[in-house]
Amino acid sequence: MPGPLIDIRNVCKVYGSGDVAVRAVDDVSVRIQPGEFVAIMGASGSGKSTLMNIVGCLDIPSEGEYWFAGEAVQNMTERELATIRNRRIGFVFQQFQLLAALSAWRNVELPLLYRHGAERRELAMAALESVGLAGRAQHRPTELSGGQQQRVAIARALVTDPDLILADEPTGNLDSGSSGEILQMLVGLHTAGRTIVLITHDAHVASVASRQLLMRDGRLLEAVPA
Amino acid sequence: MSLLRTFETGLRGIASHRLRSILTTLGILFGVAAVISTVGIGQASSDAVNSRIASLGTNELTITGGAAVTAGVRGGAGTAATLTMADVNGLNDKGNAPDIVAVAPENQASTTVVNGSINATTTVEGSSADWLTANARTLSDGSFFTAQNVSNHALYVVLGTTTASNLNAAVGSQVTIAATPFTVLGVLKTSGGSGFSNPDDLAVIPITTDQDLLAGQGKVQRIVVAASSAATIGSAYAEADQLLLQTHHVTDATAADFSIVNQSSFLSTAQSVTTTLTLLLASIAAISLLVGGIGVMNIMLVTVTERTTEIGLRKALGATPADILRQFLIEAATLSVVGGILGVGTALLVGVLLPHFTTIAIAITPLPVFVAVGVAAAVGLIFGVYPAARASRLAPIVALRSQ
Repeated sequence: MPGPLIDIRNVCKVYGSGDVAVRAVDDVSVRIQPGEFVAIMGASGSGKSTLMNIVGCLDIPSEGEYWFAGEAVQNMTERELATIRNRRIGFVFQQFQLLAALSAWRNVELPLLYRHGAERRELAMAALESVGLAGRAQHRPTELSGGQQQRVAIARALVTDPDLILADEPTGNLDSGSSGEILQMLVGLHTAGRTIVLITHDAHVASVASRQLLMRDGRLLEAVPA
Repeated sequence: MSLLRTFETGLRGIASHRLRSILTTLGILFGVAAVISTVGIGQASSDAVNSRIASLGTNELTITGGAAVTAGVRGGAGTAATLTMADVNGLNDKGNAPDIVAVAPENQASTTVVNGSINATTTVEGSSADWLTANARTLSDGSFFTAQNVSNHALYVVLGTTTASNLNAAVGSQVTIAATPFTVLGVLKTSGGSGFSNPDDLAVIPITTDQDLLAGQGKVQRIVVAASSAATIGSAYAEADQLLLQTHHVTDATAADFSIVNQSSFLSTAQSVTTTLTLLLASIAAISLLVGGIGVMNIMLVTVTERTTEIGLRKALGATPADILRQFLIEAATLSVVGGILGVGTALLVGVLLPHFTTIAIAITPLPVFVAVGVAAAVGLIFGVYPAARASRLAPIVALRSQ
């Protein structure tokens, strides 16, 4: 049996030093197996965003170890972090983070620009097709609704066929109708075998995941082993 | 990320801010166009000076007498009467000086020439029949006095065009110089050259007559010698120098009582003047190119700040610091190179239009074009490095959160 995809061991993230040091993440340990759909819940300031940055290899822990798919992330250089983000992680952000100057398919193509391989257009079109937006490939983000923009962002996360989908408040900027649509899409991806980590402050949103973790004051509570 | 894709990304970055990119490019464009045009104008004026000086005759040597020392004060060259008609005859001897084709003694004096009720002050020059050849001049009308006329102390005069028109005189007219009537034998063709005096405002008379009336017996101020060609000017110089040292009984060449100068010394002086002017103009233009470069840097810094979120996103999606650095460097370099190429186009246009609408001549040569474009590209890279390095160092989470 393969090991866990995410293995976080006694990780701390400290900002500042001395008296003003803030332990945004304080001694957190968690394992996530391939194929899991995990929601990390927490109020604003609980440290869930900092934990997400560590899980997403956007930042490295101050203390502790983080093993991602068997690789020691805490020792990686910025370049290696960039590579692992590109190859193994698909990001979905609250603000969609689409480039306004680029059409939908050009946005989906972005992660492919930072790796080798041809057929960028084919892969991008296939990813857009999978989120039901093949017909909007030439549209700019401003010509799409919020829900459509977030679906483009999901297509961008899927285009590299990553090991992990990391969604940070993916419904935070959407109305309830679009939110439901996006959450259903994530559930569908999980059913298809994808590993998903969902960061949210909303218990209702978190309920779509198969396992819920709660961050409070930098600590992870109710971290029930899988 | 491959270079081709980085290029594509950089170009798309430029295309998404069209107005700003155009304005930045304009800074470089004017800088490059200014450098090329000013160097072109400098080049053209330098060419013009060279050709005018060449028309004065570069195969010409001027021999002047030594300096008079009066009460310990050394006067200017030619103030001592050390040259004689014997020197003139010696230089004329083909056996002694095979590379010298013409020898003209010259005595110059500013004198009033009168034609009836009109009088004009001009340079009256006493010389020999070789004057035309030695000075590379030709006649537009009439004839020049002959060696025979010179030995006969003939009262003949040849006028420059300016003098002829000032006096309203033509071939055959009678004019009065030093209260003596002269017959106008010829009128010189206008000279293209310009020395320190107007070469068309003069009156040439036989040197014998000149010595009788103006200069004094036996007096020769200077001797103009023409070499057979510009290539033999060196040997002609050596022959004249050798001969005069011998006839003047001078053993130490540094103590010679005469000096020989060449028109090419005028040439090099004039060239250094135009070179200085060109450098001055080009350095002012170079400053405008530098200002254009700072414009590129300014815009790139604005771009980096404005696109912080984009940089964060690209980094989150897997762009390495090197990818980001290259992307922004390519944007900066492209703005500069495009500006540089358009600047060359503008300069070429100026090169065509300027002579059309003004009297300013311009000669655009390849060297300043390549230098200016190279400098523009270098300016883009140098001034692009700092903003690009700043972009590449942005932490992805900080950048993403900046929105």
